[in-house]
Amino acid sequence: MQHHLVSKQIYYRIFLALMVLTALTVGVAFLNLGPLNALVALVIAAGKATLVVLFFMHVRSSNRLIWLCVAAGIFWFLILLTFLLADYLSRGWLPVTGW
Amino acid sequence: MAHRRCTLTEHSSALAHHFDSLEQQYASANLGMWLFLLTEIMFFGGLFAGYTVYRTFYPDAFIAGSHHLDITLGGINTVVLLASSLTMALAVHAAQSGQRQQLVNFLLLTIVCGLLFLGIKAVEYSHKFADHLVPGKHFVFEGPLAGQVQLFFSFYFGMTGMHAVHMVIGIGLLGILTLQAWRGQLSPTYAAPVEMLGLYWHFVDIVWIFLFPLLYLLGRH
Repeated sequence: MQHHLVSKQIYYRIFLALMVLTALTVGVAFLNLGPLNALVALVIAAGKATLVVLFFMHVRSSNRLIWLCVAAGIFWFLILLTFLLADYLSRGWLPVTGW
Repeated sequence: MAHRRCTLTEHSSALAHHFDSLEQQYASANLGMWLFLLTEIMFFGGLFAGYTVYRTFYPDAFIAGSHHLDITLGGINTVVLLASSLTMALAVHAAQSGQRQQLVNFLLLTIVCGLLFLGIKAVEYSHKFADHLVPGKHFVFEGPLAGQVQLFFSFYFGMTGMHAVHMVIGIGLLGILTLQAWRGQLSPTYAAPVEMLGLYWHFVDIVWIFLFPLLYLLGRH
């Protein structure tokens, strides 16, 4: 069958971008940005993951069903995180004994 | 469509009889692999969620623990793993374009990178054992944060350990595929095994992309 062949050049460029972002995340970690440090680290990691998913995993050229899978994975993980933190972070807000 | 019969010209040995076409067969494999990866997201997601809760509770202990991780070895391992993802992508490219020798070479390179990663990880683990930073009876950490730092190291070993298990499985599967490629059992019409293992390998890479900053790079300034 005919695949959507991705040019090798694109793989090399994505790898280069991943290297730059890795250097960036290490560099930024040594700067004092206060609470922003964690946010910047996560944004860079999310950026790297996006490059891998779109290009190395070919989602960019995949059909909508695969896009839906990826979106569902992210969405369900965010549900897990949101509800868990909504529970733990709100404990102690109300004066209920035994918490 | 169910009653359609394959003619000799459209039937290929790569096409399983319950599929209409190679395109449909590929789409099924691709969807199945992605559904598997969704379960993997939830599996690692639980670990990441637990990490998030405890890091929110004990930020100072997580920073103290993180300072005992080797940023150089962790950084080198990040580069090694990203390089293995590149060679894996190139292996998929070689499989899709029917370049057998290149396919074998890139699969072998991916295995070498994977083994290098595990080797460096083993060195890091041995340092933690020597420094009494492995959670349990022999854990030693000075100061009031000892218990919470032990929790950080539980996450460190749990998450990097599960990641390493996935690497070991991936390397085993790569070995089988290399053998198949070497025997000439893979072709542009039957490249799906390489493509699906590629998805798995890149997923494991993504897990590490998040693990590296979350474990190694806390409070370094």
